[in-house]
Amino acid sequence: MSEVARVGFEVLRLADPTEVVESIVTEMRRVVKGFRRRGGVLGLSGGIDSTVVAALAARAFGPEHVLGVLMPEAESSPDTLRLSRLAAEATGIHTVLEDITPTLEALGCYRRRDEAFRKVLPDYAAGWKAKLVLPSVVDSDAFRLFSVVALDPEGREHRARLTADAYREVVAATNFKQRTRKMLEYHHADRLNYAVLGTPNRLEYDQGFFVKNGDGSADVKPIAHLYKSQVYQVAEVLGVPDEIRTRPPTTDTYAMPQSQEEFYFSVPYDHMDLCLHAVDRPLPPEAIAEALDLAPVQVERVFADIAAKRRMARYLHAPPVALEAMETIALAESE
Amino acid sequence: MDAIERDVRRFITENFILNGEVIDGAGSLTRNGVLDSMGVLELIMFIEERFGVKVPDEDTVPENLDSVDLIVRYVRVRLGEARV
Repeated sequence: MSEVARVGFEVLRLADPTEVVESIVTEMRRVVKGFRRRGGVLGLSGGIDSTVVAALAARAFGPEHVLGVLMPEAESSPDTLRLSRLAAEATGIHTVLEDITPTLEALGCYRRRDEAFRKVLPDYAAGWKAKLVLPSVVDSDAFRLFSVVALDPEGREHRARLTADAYREVVAATNFKQRTRKMLEYHHADRLNYAVLGTPNRLEYDQGFFVKNGDGSADVKPIAHLYKSQVYQVAEVLGVPDEIRTRPPTTDTYAMPQSQEEFYFSVPYDHMDLCLHAVDRPLPPEAIAEALDLAPVQVERVFADIAAKRRMARYLHAPPVALEAMETIALAESE
Repeated sequence: MDAIERDVRRFITENFILNGEVIDGAGSLTRNGVLDSMGVLELIMFIEERFGVKVPDEDTVPENLDSVDLIVRYVRVRLGEARV
């Protein structure tokens, strides 16, 4: 059998990040102009993705035509607001602060979620903090089933596997956060005649790491084709502040700090990038195993997880389905 | 086909099969796209409620739950009707 050519992280290196920036900026202008909108609105989280999109939008439309909406809630990380402001300062865009806690309370977001937690952790109560976690995919073939990990006010950790019902109720309740934020982004977009800019990177977009009609909704998604490690390369060219570029990716959805690996992806983002690249080329697990410091059988498990998430993401990506084609609408869309 | 297999097949067909196809007893339910991770959680709930057996975390592996044949065997073992 012939030796498999090995591939490393260098395959994700952009040949010319500046050219990539220019190309994205040109496309953003074209798309937004096509919608007859004059600028862009985006939710600023203080993370790398939203800061990069803010910087790209500032170049595309001028910073005075970009609005960053800061939307913290009761369980946001203390860093979120400060880093979001730092992102706005660095890119020169305008901001508006919308505390979404009262809206989430009115919708029953926290209450509904806590009731679901209590189905598997009956003692869960006010003052507890919790998050959802997944077991590692590389360590074993076991099914990856969500557990809730909670800290009581005395600092004791409690853990329980979620039932299907409890899991769905927790997710449905916390999805209010992303959907409330998107509703506010569209409010400001309507008010200013701007387009809503989505901030998913390729990993999130491909693997369905978004809420349908929440952070998955936007008029244009400028970095959805860039691997996460490429977003960092672009961030460097755009002068994104170091503190934002070195902040570990977080979901900032649950009261306990939660990494994206615990919640969704099976390995760190740069490893996920390389795995996704290998799946798409396609390359065999042996080609990237050494770069990832994993055995081929472990890479195989990540590949299987990628395929499973793609199947799950089909529904998330699907637009509303009209049961019969309407030629007049198709004509208008092509104009 | 005994009662356990009939119940397992009915649960999977009613909840996860859209086109009425017959499930191959030995076929992988996850690799064939019948069950996703949510589906596995639902399957566990079904086993616990229908057969009255607890499925501990260490049992949630493909060797126990990834095909109709494996599920039936697992339920029988848990009910004390068979040995692995």
